[in-house]
Amino acid sequence: MSGDSEAREAVGDYKAGWHDPENATIRFDFGLSEKVVRDISELKQEPEWMTEIRVKAYRHFVERPMPTWGNTEELMEIDFDKVCYFLRSSDQAGSSWDDVPDDIRNTFDRLGIPEAEQKWLSGVTAQYESETVYHSIREDLEKQGVIFLDMDSGLKEHEDIVKKYFGSVIPYSDNKFSALNTAVWSGGSFIYVPKGVHVEMPVQAYFRINAKNMGQFERTLIIADEGSSIHYVEGCTAPTYSTDSLHSAVVELLALPGAHIRYTTVQNWSNNVYNLVTKRGVAHENAKIEWVDGNIGSKLTMKYPAVILKGEGAHAEVISVAYAGNGQHQDAGAKVHHMASNTTSNILSKSISKDGGRGSYRGMAKIMPKAENCRLNIVCDALILDEESRQDTYPTMEVGNPTAHCEHEASVSKVGDEQLFYLMSRGHTEAEALGMIVNGFFEPFTRELPMEYAVELNKLMSLEMEGSIG
Amino acid sequence: MASDDNPILEVRGLKVGIEGASILKGIDLIIPKGEIHAIMGRNGSGKTTTANVIMGHPAYEIEEGEMFLDGESLDDMEPWERSREGVFLSFQYPQSIPGLQVGNFLRKSVSSVRGEEAARGSEFREKLTSAMEELDIPKSFLSRYVNDGFSGGEKKRFEILQLMLLQPRLAVLDETDSGLDIDGIRTVSKGINSVVRGTENGALIITHYSRILEHVNPDRVHIMIGGKIVASGGPSLANLLEDNGYDWLEEQVEKGVDFE
Ligand SMILES: Nc1ncnc2c1ncn2[C@@H]1O[C@H](COP(=O)(O)OP(=O)(O)OP(=O)(O)O)[C@@H](O)[C@H]1O
Ligand SMILES: [Mg+2]
Repeated sequence: MSGDSEAREAVGDYKAGWHDPENATIRFDFGLSEKVVRDISELKQEPEWMTEIRVKAYRHFVERPMPTWGNTEELMEIDFDKVCYFLRSSDQAGSSWDDVPDDIRNTFDRLGIPEAEQKWLSGVTAQYESETVYHSIREDLEKQGVIFLDMDSGLKEHEDIVKKYFGSVIPYSDNKFSALNTAVWSGGSFIYVPKGVHVEMPVQAYFRINAKNMGQFERTLIIADEGSSIHYVEGCTAPTYSTDSLHSAVVELLALPGAHIRYTTVQNWSNNVYNLVTKRGVAHENAKIEWVDGNIGSKLTMKYPAVILKGEGAHAEVISVAYAGNGQHQDAGAKVHHMASNTTSNILSKSISKDGGRGSYRGMAKIMPKAENCRLNIVCDALILDEESRQDTYPTMEVGNPTAHCEHEASVSKVGDEQLFYLMSRGHTEAEALGMIVNGFFEPFTRELPMEYAVELNKLMSLEMEGSIG
Repeated sequence: MASDDNPILEVRGLKVGIEGASILKGIDLIIPKGEIHAIMGRNGSGKTTTANVIMGHPAYEIEEGEMFLDGESLDDMEPWERSREGVFLSFQYPQSIPGLQVGNFLRKSVSSVRGEEAARGSEFREKLTSAMEELDIPKSFLSRYVNDGFSGGEKKRFEILQLMLLQPRLAVLDETDSGLDIDGIRTVSKGINSVVRGTENGALIITHYSRILEHVNPDRVHIMIGGKIVASGGPSLANLLEDNGYDWLEEQVEKGVDFE
């Protein structure tokens, strides 16, 4: 227990840092082997082709070296033998909160999920450790043929679709962590939106890690068929422990011609979680993919939401913010890959570091030789709150076609004393003033969020600023 | 101790430096309740420094002297405490805060300075609407970001909007008239008069021009040169100065002329 309170002190005001007693129905021993991979697949009674992919991915993971970029030192500290790769805490996924075990339901209550569900969501899945414990979708959407399931059920009930698309956007061989995820994946969302169907209110997935040294490897696949649209929102938190946990997800999006997918994340992992996530979408003709990506928590995040602009007239939007406080490194960014003509993309990255935190923007923008008249606009702004903190940008641009129109702006600034004084002269304490400046800096991101999330994010950042001024 | 006899502002023997340079070299200033005083002075003479120090700018070093608001010492108060006690500064160069919406900022500021009650409900909204109308600030400004991309005159009008909503006991206006058009000066003057005249409040207007003083008709005019108030007098001192210039004034001071 003393370890926990130490850790809590270190992260200050992290509000989601409590944990429940662990009541696992199945818990694998620490460590990873081919047997663990096969056991997960067997336990889930998966078709053989999935077992095969898992095993291949595992072998690739073992051989594949660690990335040589990001934060190589911290990556080396990950001890894959001290991670629990599968933990089941409820024998079934309930479709009513009453079916969810009490402890777990209380946790999601405290996080405000059932309340949000009633107010403004079309559907909810809640994942606790390795699997989904609650899942629901509005009846009218189900009637229109919208599929919104956890990934395990998706594989059981729609094997043909999953087989067709699983790994088609992000193959296991993409990187070490996509290999790891493919080997041991569990949970995540499976969504299919039929042609022409518009899901007006967002669907939400919430990911909660509760156990110590837990590994969460959810796998999400969203397919928006022609002319359809959906907004998917995910949130994540974990208890604060003095030992590390590992979150390594893979998210694949397919926006078929004319479809529109918006994928919003507000990640607020506790400061002992490695968050190493691969997110990529393919946008077909005149389709639009938007990543709205907020990284507030975690120890180390490495995440670069990507869009492959495959069809003519496709559009990509990547808006991200990152906040790196004490002991945190947010290595975030975006990738766009213009493969077709008349495709456009906008990237906006906003990053703040404070109390020795480190933020990095890592971007890759590619325009293929045969893609004519593409437009690309990248803006990266960084705000450093004190001398100990750090911001870097690593932008890469490969423009293979002379008709491309590319713009790139980057700025690094500090909070001005005169700005602070101006706000303080209006009755705001130094912490409040800093909070106003920081929330203002994030505003281009915040205004893209559902209102409830925007309010939460503003509160969160104000709290972070209060922690800093003694 | 607050009492009717206390001036709203009293500055005694104020000496101030910044980064090793000494700027204010002994300022004495008393503004009785209900009065408006003006400070004029050469560029770089220390007017903004005086205003900043009254508001509690943390960068300055107070070497000597004391300041009192209605008999209460300001010396150990942070800027936000002074603001909550009723000090207001209209900035010579208002700062822009990208991403912070004007409407939101005004509500938060009123709430911090005058309490949550004052920032809630229809009363606040009515007050805001009428003040904006009076100052000719379009409604659309409420969703713009604080001073971000505002023209020079718009920034000054926005300072006065804040003045009207925060209802301070002591308003310090640092060159609020610079950059305002003729109508703007008239409107702003009206605003200042309405906040001070016939009340227990006070105002200190820093300006280079006698024009605004014609509208507010200050009780006293002080001339600052080289970090000191070298002359004080009635409103006509401003006109004398404008007609003859600072060199002349300095000569008169040296000759021992009293402008009272
Ligand atoms: N940070 C600083 N370091 C050194 N000198 C400073 C600093 N800030 C102000 N000063 C100096 O203090 C002096 C007084 O400045 P102040 O801004 O108070 O003048 P002012 O009377 O308001 O002038 P103006 O009419 O041009 O607005 C100036 O000489 C200025 O250069
Ligand atoms: Mg000045």
